[in-house]
Amino acid sequence: MKNQIKIFIIIGGFLLFYFLPLESFSFRNPLFEALAMLNMYAREHVIFSLIPAFLIAGAIYQFLDQNAVLKYLGAKTNKVLAYFVASISGSVLTVCSCTVLPLFSGIYKKGAGLGPAIAFLYSGPAINVLAIILTARVLGWQLGLARAIGAVIFSIIIGLCTHFIFLSEEKERQSNGELQFGSSESDPDGRTGFQNLLYFISMIGFMVFANWAKPQAGDQSLWALIFQYKWHLAIAFVLLFIYILVTWFQKQEITPWLESSWSFTQQILPLLFLGIFFAGLLLGRPGEEGFIPSRFIATLVGGNSLSANFFASIVGAFMYFATLTEIPILQGLIGSGMGQGPALALLLAGPALSLPNMLVIRSVVGTKKTLVYITLVVIMATISGMIYGNIIN
Amino acid sequence: MKIEILGMGCPKCKKLTQNAQQAAKELGIEAEIIKIEELEKITEYGVIMTPAMVINNEVFSPGKVLSVEEIKKVINSIS
Repeated sequence: MKNQIKIFIIIGGFLLFYFLPLESFSFRNPLFEALAMLNMYAREHVIFSLIPAFLIAGAIYQFLDQNAVLKYLGAKTNKVLAYFVASISGSVLTVCSCTVLPLFSGIYKKGAGLGPAIAFLYSGPAINVLAIILTARVLGWQLGLARAIGAVIFSIIIGLCTHFIFLSEEKERQSNGELQFGSSESDPDGRTGFQNLLYFISMIGFMVFANWAKPQAGDQSLWALIFQYKWHLAIAFVLLFIYILVTWFQKQEITPWLESSWSFTQQILPLLFLGIFFAGLLLGRPGEEGFIPSRFIATLVGGNSLSANFFASIVGAFMYFATLTEIPILQGLIGSGMGQGPALALLLAGPALSLPNMLVIRSVVGTKKTLVYITLVVIMATISGMIYGNIIN
Repeated sequence: MKIEILGMGCPKCKKLTQNAQQAAKELGIEAEIIKIEELEKITEYGVIMTPAMVINNEVFSPGKVLSVEEIKKVINSIS
Protein backbone atom coordinates (compact mmCIF):
# COMPACT_ATOMS: atom_id res chain seq x y z
CA MET A 1 0.00 0.00 0.00
CA LYS A 2 2.73 2.44 0.97
CA ASN A 3 4.67 1.69 -2.18
CA GLN A 4 1.58 2.30 -4.30
CA ILE A 5 1.15 5.74 -2.79
CA LYS A 6 4.80 6.53 -3.47
CA ILE A 7 4.44 5.47 -7.10
CA PHE A 8 1.37 7.65 -7.52
CA ILE A 9 3.18 10.61 -6.03
CA ILE A 10 6.16 10.12 -8.32
CA ILE A 11 4.02 9.68 -11.43
CA GLY A 12 1.91 12.67 -10.43
CA GLY A 13 5.00 14.79 -9.89
CA PHE A 14 6.43 13.66 -13.22
CA LEU A 15 3.24 14.55 -15.10
CA LEU A 16 2.99 17.89 -13.30
CA PHE A 17 6.49 18.98 -14.20
CA TYR A 18 6.30 17.44 -17.70
CA PHE A 19 3.28 19.51 -18.62
CA LEU A 20 4.18 22.62 -16.61
CA PRO A 21 3.01 25.44 -18.89
CA LEU A 22 6.11 27.55 -18.37
CA GLU A 23 5.76 29.32 -21.71
CA SER A 24 2.26 30.47 -21.00
CA PHE A 25 2.01 34.09 -19.86
CA SER A 26 -1.04 33.44 -17.72
CA PHE A 27 0.94 30.86 -15.79
CA ARG A 28 4.21 32.75 -15.47
CA ASN A 29 2.73 36.09 -14.60
CA PRO A 30 1.05 35.10 -11.30
CA LEU A 31 4.32 33.57 -10.10
CA PHE A 32 6.10 36.77 -11.01
CA GLU A 33 3.39 38.79 -9.26
CA ALA A 34 3.73 36.76 -6.06
CA LEU A 35 7.45 37.52 -5.91
CA ALA A 36 6.87 41.14 -6.92
CA MET A 37 4.36 41.55 -4.10
CA LEU A 38 6.87 40.18 -1.57
CA ASN A 39 9.50 42.47 -3.05
CA MET A 40 7.17 45.48 -2.70
CA TYR A 41 6.39 44.74 0.95
CA ALA A 42 10.02 44.08 1.81
CA ARG A 43 11.05 47.41 0.26
CA GLU A 44 8.22 49.65 1.28
CA HIS A 45 6.72 48.35 4.48
CA VAL A 46 9.23 46.46 6.57
CA ILE A 47 11.69 49.08 7.76
CA PHE A 48 9.41 52.05 8.22
CA SER A 49 6.14 50.42 9.22
CA LEU A 50 6.43 46.83 10.38
CA ILE A 51 9.52 47.15 12.56
CA PRO A 52 8.33 50.30 14.37
CA ALA A 53 4.84 48.80 14.66
CA PHE A 54 6.17 45.65 16.33
CA LEU A 55 8.30 47.75 18.67
CA ILE A 56 5.27 49.83 19.61
CA ALA A 57 3.12 46.73 20.15
CA GLY A 58 5.82 45.29 22.41
CA ALA A 59 6.05 48.56 24.32
CA ILE A 60 2.30 48.71 24.83
CA TYR A 61 2.33 45.19 26.18
CA GLN A 62 5.29 45.79 28.44
CA PHE A 63 4.92 49.34 29.73
CA LEU A 64 1.21 50.13 29.76
CA ASP A 65 -0.73 48.97 32.76
CA GLN A 66 -3.41 46.75 31.21
CA ASN A 67 -5.15 46.44 34.55
CA ALA A 68 -5.98 50.12 34.47
CA VAL A 69 -8.16 49.33 31.45
CA LEU A 70 -9.40 45.91 32.52
CA LYS A 71 -10.90 47.03 35.78
CA TYR A 72 -13.54 48.93 33.81
CA LEU A 73 -14.77 45.64 32.35
CA GLY A 74 -15.59 44.04 35.71
CA ALA A 75 -19.06 43.18 36.96
CA LYS A 76 -19.48 46.26 39.11
CA THR A 77 -18.61 48.86 36.52
CA ASN A 78 -21.05 51.44 35.33
CA LYS A 79 -22.62 49.86 32.22
CA VAL A 80 -22.26 52.86 29.92
CA LEU A 81 -18.59 53.13 30.75
CA ALA A 82 -18.15 49.40 30.23
CA TYR A 83 -19.45 49.61 26.65
CA PHE A 84 -17.20 52.53 25.89
CA VAL A 85 -14.09 50.89 27.34
CA ALA A 86 -14.88 47.53 25.72
CA SER A 87 -15.18 49.14 22.31
CA ILE A 88 -11.78 50.85 22.41
CA SER A 89 -9.73 48.64 24.71
CA GLY A 90 -8.75 46.29 21.89
CA SER A 91 -6.18 48.88 20.89
CA VAL A 92 -4.06 48.18 23.96
CA LEU A 93 -5.11 44.68 24.98
CA THR A 94 -4.99 42.47 21.95
CA VAL A 95 -2.67 41.50 19.24
CA CYS A 96 -3.75 37.99 18.37
CA SER A 97 -6.94 36.02 18.53
CA CYS A 98 -5.61 33.73 21.25
CA THR A 99 -5.80 36.66 23.69
CA VAL A 100 -9.17 37.93 22.43
CA LEU A 101 -11.15 34.81 23.32
CA PRO A 102 -10.21 34.53 27.04
CA LEU A 103 -11.03 38.22 27.40
CA PHE A 104 -14.38 37.72 25.70
CA SER A 105 -15.27 34.69 27.79
CA GLY A 106 -14.19 36.39 31.02
CA ILE A 107 -16.08 39.61 30.38
CA TYR A 108 -19.22 37.64 29.51
CA LYS A 109 -19.19 35.19 32.41
CA LYS A 110 -17.62 37.13 35.23
CA GLY A 111 -17.41 40.71 34.11
CA ALA A 112 -19.59 43.40 32.61
CA GLY A 113 -21.84 40.96 30.73
CA LEU A 114 -22.93 40.01 27.23
CA GLY A 115 -23.12 43.45 25.58
CA PRO A 116 -19.64 44.71 26.49
CA ALA A 117 -18.17 41.25 25.77
CA ILE A 118 -19.63 41.32 22.26
CA ALA A 119 -18.49 44.92 21.74
CA PHE A 120 -14.97 43.90 22.69
CA LEU A 121 -15.06 40.82 20.48
CA TYR A 122 -16.06 42.84 17.45
CA SER A 123 -13.72 45.79 17.75
CA GLY A 124 -10.65 44.09 19.22
CA PRO A 125 -9.07 42.62 16.09
CA ALA A 126 -9.83 45.71 14.02
CA ILE A 127 -8.29 48.35 16.26
CA ASN A 128 -5.18 46.69 17.57
CA VAL A 129 -2.25 48.96 16.94
CA LEU A 130 -0.59 46.74 14.31
CA ALA A 131 -3.76 46.50 12.24
CA ILE A 132 -4.39 50.25 12.28
CA ILE A 133 -0.81 51.10 11.30
CA LEU A 134 -0.59 48.63 8.45
CA THR A 135 -4.10 49.32 7.11
CA ALA A 136 -3.42 53.04 6.97
CA ARG A 137 0.00 52.56 5.41
CA VAL A 138 -0.92 50.00 2.75
CA LEU A 139 -4.55 50.75 1.95
CA GLY A 140 -4.52 54.50 2.59
CA TRP A 141 -5.34 56.56 5.67
CA GLN A 142 -9.00 56.97 4.70
CA LEU A 143 -9.64 53.24 4.85
CA GLY A 144 -7.49 52.93 7.99
CA LEU A 145 -9.51 55.63 9.72
CA ALA A 146 -12.83 54.25 8.47
CA ARG A 147 -11.86 50.82 9.77
CA ALA A 148 -11.03 52.12 13.24
CA ILE A 149 -14.09 54.37 13.55
CA GLY A 150 -16.40 51.80 11.97
CA ALA A 151 -15.20 49.09 14.32
CA VAL A 152 -15.66 51.21 17.45
CA ILE A 153 -19.10 52.61 16.60
CA PHE A 154 -20.54 49.38 15.28
CA SER A 155 -19.14 47.34 18.15
CA ILE A 156 -21.21 49.44 20.55
CA ILE A 157 -24.31 49.11 18.38
CA ILE A 158 -23.90 45.35 18.01
CA GLY A 159 -23.22 44.99 21.75
CA LEU A 160 -26.34 46.96 22.64
CA CYS A 161 -28.47 45.03 20.14
CA THR A 162 -27.47 41.65 21.55
CA HIS A 163 -27.96 42.97 25.07
CA PHE A 164 -31.54 44.02 24.35
CA ILE A 165 -32.36 40.89 22.33
CA PHE A 166 -31.34 38.74 25.29
CA LEU A 167 -32.41 41.21 27.99
CA SER A 168 -34.54 38.81 30.06
CA GLU A 169 -31.87 36.14 30.02
CA GLU A 170 -29.18 38.61 31.03
CA LYS A 171 -31.23 39.81 34.00
CA GLU A 172 -31.54 36.29 35.35
CA ARG A 173 -27.95 35.39 34.80
CA GLN A 174 -25.87 36.32 37.79
CA SER A 175 -22.21 36.76 37.24
CA ASN A 176 -20.39 34.30 39.44
CA GLY A 177 -17.09 35.18 40.98
CA GLU A 178 -14.80 38.04 40.22
CA LEU A 179 -12.20 38.68 37.61
CA GLN A 180 -8.58 38.41 38.59
CA PHE A 181 -6.72 41.53 37.61
CA GLY A 182 -3.50 40.81 39.41
CA SER A 183 -1.70 43.31 41.51
CA SER A 184 -1.64 46.78 40.05
CA GLU A 185 1.56 47.73 41.80
CA SER A 186 3.99 47.58 38.94
CA ASP A 187 7.72 47.86 39.42
CA PRO A 188 8.72 51.32 40.46
CA ASP A 189 10.26 52.23 37.14
CA GLY A 190 10.87 55.80 38.15
CA ARG A 191 9.24 57.32 35.09
CA THR A 192 6.39 59.76 35.14
CA GLY A 193 3.36 59.34 32.92
CA PHE A 194 4.67 62.21 30.85
CA GLN A 195 7.97 60.47 30.24
CA ASN A 196 6.18 57.30 29.15
CA LEU A 197 3.98 59.36 26.84
CA LEU A 198 7.02 60.99 25.27
CA TYR A 199 8.53 57.57 24.71
CA PHE A 200 5.49 56.45 22.71
CA ILE A 201 5.31 59.76 20.87
CA SER A 202 8.93 59.44 19.75
CA MET A 203 8.24 56.04 18.15
CA ILE A 204 4.97 57.09 16.56
CA GLY A 205 6.51 60.36 15.37
CA PHE A 206 9.28 58.55 13.56
CA MET A 207 6.79 56.29 11.84
CA VAL A 208 4.44 59.08 10.80
CA PHE A 209 7.14 61.27 9.26
CA ALA A 210 9.19 58.45 7.71
CA ASN A 211 6.02 57.41 5.86
CA TRP A 212 4.89 60.93 4.93
CA ALA A 213 3.27 60.58 1.51
CA LYS A 214 4.53 62.50 -1.49
CA PRO A 215 2.32 65.52 -2.23
CA GLN A 216 0.96 66.24 -5.70
CA ALA A 217 3.16 68.35 -7.96
CA GLY A 218 2.77 72.09 -7.41
CA ASP A 219 1.35 71.63 -3.93
CA GLN A 220 2.61 74.47 -1.74
CA SER A 221 0.78 73.57 1.45
CA LEU A 222 2.18 72.57 4.83
CA TRP A 223 1.88 68.96 3.67
CA ALA A 224 4.44 69.58 0.90
CA LEU A 225 6.72 71.49 3.26
CA ILE A 226 6.71 68.63 5.71
CA PHE A 227 7.43 66.19 2.89
CA GLN A 228 10.52 68.20 1.96
CA TYR A 229 11.90 67.86 5.47
CA LYS A 230 10.42 64.48 6.35
CA TRP A 231 13.78 62.78 6.92
CA HIS A 232 14.98 65.60 9.17
CA LEU A 233 11.85 65.22 11.26
CA ALA A 234 12.03 61.42 11.31
CA ILE A 235 15.66 61.47 12.40
CA ALA A 236 14.90 64.05 15.08
CA PHE A 237 12.34 61.63 16.54
CA VAL A 238 14.83 58.75 16.39
CA LEU A 239 17.38 60.84 18.30
CA LEU A 240 14.75 61.75 20.87
CA PHE A 241 13.87 58.07 21.16
CA ILE A 242 17.49 57.04 21.73
CA TYR A 243 17.94 59.82 24.30
CA ILE A 244 14.84 58.63 26.19
CA LEU A 245 16.00 55.02 26.16
CA VAL A 246 19.46 55.88 27.44
CA THR A 247 18.45 58.31 30.16
CA TRP A 248 15.09 57.09 31.46
CA PHE A 249 15.20 53.33 30.99
CA GLN A 250 17.07 50.68 32.88
CA LYS A 251 18.67 47.81 31.07
CA GLN A 252 16.45 45.19 32.68
CA GLU A 253 13.39 46.99 31.28
CA ILE A 254 14.63 47.09 27.73
CA THR A 255 15.18 43.33 27.42
CA PRO A 256 11.57 42.30 28.23
CA TRP A 257 10.32 44.99 25.85
CA LEU A 258 12.44 43.65 22.97
CA GLU A 259 11.40 40.12 23.91
CA SER A 260 7.71 41.04 23.66
CA SER A 261 8.26 42.67 20.28
CA TRP A 262 10.20 39.63 19.14
CA SER A 263 7.47 37.27 20.26
CA PHE A 264 4.84 39.27 18.31
CA THR A 265 7.13 39.26 15.31
CA GLN A 266 7.65 35.50 15.44
CA GLN A 267 3.96 34.96 15.77
CA ILE A 268 2.74 37.26 13.03
CA LEU A 269 5.43 37.82 10.42
CA PRO A 270 5.68 34.32 8.81
CA LEU A 271 1.94 34.09 8.21
CA LEU A 272 1.81 37.69 7.02
CA PHE A 273 4.42 37.05 4.34
CA LEU A 274 2.71 33.82 3.34
CA GLY A 275 -0.46 35.89 2.95
CA ILE A 276 1.40 38.45 0.83
CA PHE A 277 2.74 35.68 -1.40
CA PHE A 278 -0.70 34.19 -2.00
CA ALA A 279 -2.32 37.58 -2.48
CA GLY A 280 0.23 38.23 -5.22
CA LEU A 281 -0.21 34.77 -6.74
CA LEU A 282 -3.99 34.86 -6.85
CA LEU A 283 -4.71 38.55 -7.35
CA GLY A 284 -1.51 40.24 -8.53
CA ARG A 285 -0.23 43.66 -7.62
CA PRO A 286 -2.62 46.56 -8.29
CA GLY A 287 -3.09 46.79 -12.05
CA GLU A 288 -1.58 43.37 -12.74
CA GLU A 289 -3.19 39.97 -13.15
CA GLY A 290 -2.85 36.95 -10.87
CA PHE A 291 -4.53 33.58 -11.30
CA ILE A 292 -7.94 35.03 -10.57
CA PRO A 293 -9.01 37.33 -13.43
CA SER A 294 -9.69 40.94 -12.44
CA ARG A 295 -13.02 41.11 -14.26
CA PHE A 296 -14.24 38.28 -12.05
CA ILE A 297 -13.45 40.31 -8.91
CA ALA A 298 -14.88 43.47 -10.44
CA THR A 299 -18.20 41.77 -11.23
CA LEU A 300 -18.54 40.23 -7.78
CA VAL A 301 -17.44 43.06 -5.50
CA GLY A 302 -16.87 46.06 -7.78
CA GLY A 303 -18.78 49.31 -7.30
CA ASN A 304 -20.80 49.91 -4.19
CA SER A 305 -24.02 47.98 -4.70
CA LEU A 306 -25.89 46.30 -1.87
CA SER A 307 -25.10 42.87 -3.26
CA ALA A 308 -21.36 43.63 -3.53
CA ASN A 309 -21.24 44.84 0.07
CA PHE A 310 -23.31 41.93 1.30
CA PHE A 311 -21.18 39.40 -0.55
CA ALA A 312 -17.97 40.91 0.89
CA SER A 313 -19.42 40.79 4.41
CA ILE A 314 -20.49 37.16 4.15
CA VAL A 315 -17.16 36.04 2.72
CA GLY A 316 -15.33 38.03 5.39
CA ALA A 317 -17.43 36.57 8.18
CA PHE A 318 -16.65 32.95 7.36
CA MET A 319 -13.10 33.23 6.10
CA TYR A 320 -10.20 32.96 8.49
CA PHE A 321 -7.56 35.66 8.28
CA ALA A 322 -4.36 35.24 10.25
CA THR A 323 -3.46 38.51 11.99
CA LEU A 324 -2.77 41.26 9.43
CA THR A 325 -3.09 39.01 6.35
CA GLU A 326 -6.40 40.67 5.54
CA ILE A 327 -4.37 43.70 4.45
CA PRO A 328 -2.34 42.31 1.50
CA ILE A 329 -5.37 40.28 0.43
CA LEU A 330 -7.50 43.41 0.34
CA GLN A 331 -4.77 45.29 -1.46
CA GLY A 332 -4.87 42.62 -4.16
CA LEU A 333 -8.66 42.70 -4.30
CA ILE A 334 -8.85 46.50 -4.52
CA GLY A 335 -6.18 46.43 -7.23
CA SER A 336 -8.34 43.94 -9.14
CA GLY A 337 -11.37 46.20 -9.03
CA MET A 338 -13.02 45.75 -5.65
CA GLY A 339 -14.96 48.85 -4.58
CA GLN A 340 -14.00 50.88 -1.50
CA GLY A 341 -17.30 50.13 0.25
CA PRO A 342 -17.07 46.33 -0.06
CA ALA A 343 -13.41 46.61 0.97
CA LEU A 344 -14.44 48.20 4.27
CA ALA A 345 -17.22 45.63 4.68
CA LEU A 346 -14.68 42.83 4.34
CA LEU A 347 -12.26 44.57 6.71
CA LEU A 348 -14.96 44.89 9.36
CA ALA A 349 -16.47 41.43 9.08
CA GLY A 350 -13.25 39.58 8.30
CA PRO A 351 -10.96 39.61 11.33
CA ALA A 352 -13.87 39.82 13.78
CA LEU A 353 -15.28 36.47 12.70
CA SER A 354 -14.16 33.24 11.16
CA LEU A 355 -15.50 29.72 11.09
CA PRO A 356 -13.04 28.49 13.78
CA ASN A 357 -13.74 31.32 16.19
CA MET A 358 -17.50 31.03 15.64
CA LEU A 359 -17.18 27.55 17.13
CA VAL A 360 -15.33 28.86 20.19
CA ILE A 361 -17.83 31.67 20.63
CA ARG A 362 -20.64 29.13 20.40
CA SER A 363 -19.07 27.08 23.20
CA VAL A 364 -19.07 30.18 25.41
CA VAL A 365 -22.45 31.81 24.72
CA GLY A 366 -24.45 29.07 22.98
CA THR A 367 -25.85 28.64 19.48
CA LYS A 368 -28.63 31.21 19.57
CA LYS A 369 -26.49 34.14 20.67
CA THR A 370 -23.76 33.18 18.22
CA LEU A 371 -26.23 33.19 15.32
CA VAL A 372 -27.54 36.60 16.39
CA TYR A 373 -23.99 37.91 16.61
CA ILE A 374 -23.04 36.61 13.14
CA THR A 375 -26.20 38.08 11.64
CA LEU A 376 -25.59 41.46 13.26
CA VAL A 377 -21.95 41.52 12.11
CA VAL A 378 -22.93 40.79 8.52
CA ILE A 379 -25.70 43.40 8.52
CA MET A 380 -23.58 46.09 10.17
CA ALA A 381 -20.56 45.43 7.93
CA THR A 382 -22.80 45.69 4.88
CA ILE A 383 -24.33 48.94 6.08
CA SER A 384 -20.98 50.53 6.94
CA GLY A 385 -19.61 49.48 3.57
CA MET A 386 -22.55 51.17 1.82
CA ILE A 387 -22.12 54.36 3.83
CA TYR A 388 -18.36 54.53 3.34
CA GLY A 389 -18.61 53.75 -0.37
CA ASN A 390 -21.08 56.61 -0.78
CA ILE A 391 -18.89 59.07 1.12
CA ILE A 392 -15.81 58.18 -0.93
CA ASN A 393 -17.55 58.43 -4.29
CA MET B 1 3.26 21.64 44.52
CA LYS B 2 0.95 22.06 41.57
CA ILE B 3 1.67 24.84 39.10
CA GLU B 4 -0.86 25.48 36.38
CA ILE B 5 -0.17 27.63 33.34
CA LEU B 6 -3.27 29.12 31.74
CA GLY B 7 -3.23 30.04 28.07
CA MET B 8 -4.70 28.99 24.76
CA GLY B 9 -1.43 28.09 23.11
CA CYS B 10 0.22 31.38 22.24
CA PRO B 11 4.04 31.64 22.26
CA LYS B 12 3.95 33.55 25.55
CA CYS B 13 2.24 30.67 27.33
CA LYS B 14 4.95 28.30 26.16
CA LYS B 15 7.60 30.69 27.39
CA LEU B 16 5.96 30.94 30.81
CA THR B 17 5.72 27.15 31.02
CA GLN B 18 9.42 26.83 30.25
CA ASN B 19 10.28 29.47 32.85
CA ALA B 20 8.20 27.68 35.48
CA GLN B 21 9.89 24.37 34.73
CA GLN B 22 13.29 26.02 34.92
CA ALA B 23 12.43 27.74 38.20
CA ALA B 24 11.21 24.51 39.80
CA LYS B 25 14.35 22.75 38.65
CA GLU B 26 16.65 25.43 40.00
CA LEU B 27 14.88 25.41 43.34
CA GLY B 28 15.04 21.64 43.38
CA ILE B 29 11.38 21.17 44.24
CA GLU B 30 8.92 18.56 43.08
CA ALA B 31 6.46 20.48 40.99
CA GLU B 32 3.74 19.25 38.73
CA ILE B 33 3.42 21.71 35.89
CA ILE B 34 0.19 21.51 33.95
CA LYS B 35 -0.81 23.52 30.90
CA ILE B 36 -4.45 24.49 30.83
CA GLU B 37 -5.74 25.39 27.38
CA GLU B 38 -9.50 25.02 27.79
CA LEU B 39 -11.21 28.39 27.65
CA GLU B 40 -13.81 27.31 30.19
CA LYS B 41 -11.26 26.49 32.86
CA ILE B 42 -9.32 29.68 32.25
CA THR B 43 -12.48 31.70 32.75
CA GLU B 44 -13.32 29.71 35.88
CA TYR B 45 -10.18 31.09 37.45
CA GLY B 46 -11.40 34.56 36.51
CA VAL B 47 -8.40 35.10 34.27
CA ILE B 48 -8.89 37.22 31.17
CA MET B 49 -5.34 38.19 30.33
CA THR B 50 -3.31 35.13 29.35
CA PRO B 51 -0.83 33.69 30.09
CA ALA B 52 -1.28 33.36 33.84
CA MET B 53 0.27 31.19 36.50
CA VAL B 54 -1.84 29.44 39.13
CA ILE B 55 -0.29 27.88 42.21
CA ASN B 56 -2.54 26.05 44.67
CA ASN B 57 -5.62 27.72 43.15
CA GLU B 58 -4.21 31.20 43.57
CA VAL B 59 -3.72 33.30 40.43
CA PHE B 60 -0.43 35.10 39.93
CA SER B 61 0.55 37.58 37.24
CA PRO B 62 -2.34 37.46 34.76
CA GLY B 63 -1.13 38.71 31.39
CA LYS B 64 2.57 38.68 32.17
CA VAL B 65 5.38 36.31 31.33
CA LEU B 66 7.27 36.06 34.61
CA SER B 67 10.99 35.46 34.39
CA VAL B 68 12.63 32.45 36.04
CA GLU B 69 13.82 34.67 38.90
CA GLU B 70 10.35 36.16 39.45
CA ILE B 71 8.76 32.71 39.55
CA LYS B 72 11.32 31.59 42.12
CA LYS B 73 10.40 34.57 44.27
CA VAL B 74 6.69 33.72 44.03
CA ILE B 75 7.33 30.08 44.94
CA ASN B 76 9.53 31.07 47.88
CA SER B 77 6.95 33.52 49.17
CA ILE B 78 4.35 30.73 49.38
CA SER B 79 6.32 27.94 50.94
